[in-house]
Amino acid sequence: MGLSGFAFGVTSAGGGLTLPQTCVLSLLVFTGASQFALVGALAAGGNPFTAAAGAFFLGVRNAFYGLRLSQVLALPRGIRPLAAQWVIDETTAVTLAQPTRRSARIGFTVTGLSLYVLWNLTTFLGALGAKALGDTDAWGLDAAGPAVFLALLAPMLKTTTERAVAALAVLLGLGLLPVLPAGVPVLAAALAAPAVLYLEGRRRADRAQSDADDVREDAHGDMRGDAREEDR
Amino acid sequence: MNIWIAVAVTALGCYAVKLAGLLVPAGALERPLVKRLAALLPVALLAALTAQQTFADGHALVLDARAAGLAAAAVALVLRAPFLLVVAAAVLVTAGVRAMGG
Repeated sequence: MGLSGFAFGVTSAGGGLTLPQTCVLSLLVFTGASQFALVGALAAGGNPFTAAAGAFFLGVRNAFYGLRLSQVLALPRGIRPLAAQWVIDETTAVTLAQPTRRSARIGFTVTGLSLYVLWNLTTFLGALGAKALGDTDAWGLDAAGPAVFLALLAPMLKTTTERAVAALAVLLGLGLLPVLPAGVPVLAAALAAPAVLYLEGRRRADRAQSDADDVREDAHGDMRGDAREEDR
Repeated sequence: MNIWIAVAVTALGCYAVKLAGLLVPAGALERPLVKRLAALLPVALLAALTAQQTFADGHALVLDARAAGLAAAAVALVLRAPFLLVVAAAVLVTAGVRAMGG
């Protein structure tokens, strides 16, 4: 996150945003993928609302993280508006990995606070240092984003279902990239989750059906056996 | 001015969805299907984001040094390296491959 905060600051300044604009983004948006998407779209000359829409769609996943976190953390209503800003990929991963509610709350707070400070500090340094670095791609900083996502994703790939969802999402995300506006393919890729769940449900229903058929056949077999015995 | 508008709209929108997730009543999650879906959506989004930020250049798909960096990150993950090391591996290998003209 520190590295990618630095990468964000550099990218944002390189994309033509001023130092205050870059820092306000990290302070108020505080969700890396959305910030990267926004400055990318603005740098490409995108309309401010289209650019913001792409960033917003990327941020929608945080609502789903929040759904899971609110169950695990069981926060009082008054705290929720404060905690909301820290609902991001990293805090969700750490919190959901905790065995108890107490450790989940501690994990969420510690991760949220330290990442918030680190992300904003490194954004500031990155925006300042952008000029000094020159060509930032030469430093490989554009690989920080995907590496962060992969590190978050890896522990989630526990069963065949998760792997199938991930594989389908990659296909949708890359396949639709050339044809849909920026930010939309990621949303379309989210459909991999309900799609795989639907197929899984169908397969389970089929298996239940064939089990039922087996039972019926066994019953017929028994009846035939009984009939033969009666013949004798 | 346009940039400030984009910054403000993004900040409001992103905060609103974060808060919405926390405020939705817990009862909405009691159904097992909703629970499964909420668990699988981050998997789909993270997978798509990883792939796009590795292979996308605007609207085009490309295979460049970032792919080598991501492969290095994957190896680091398999070796159970800590988070920072995973990201550092990706950055260093990407920079290295570019330096060699990849």
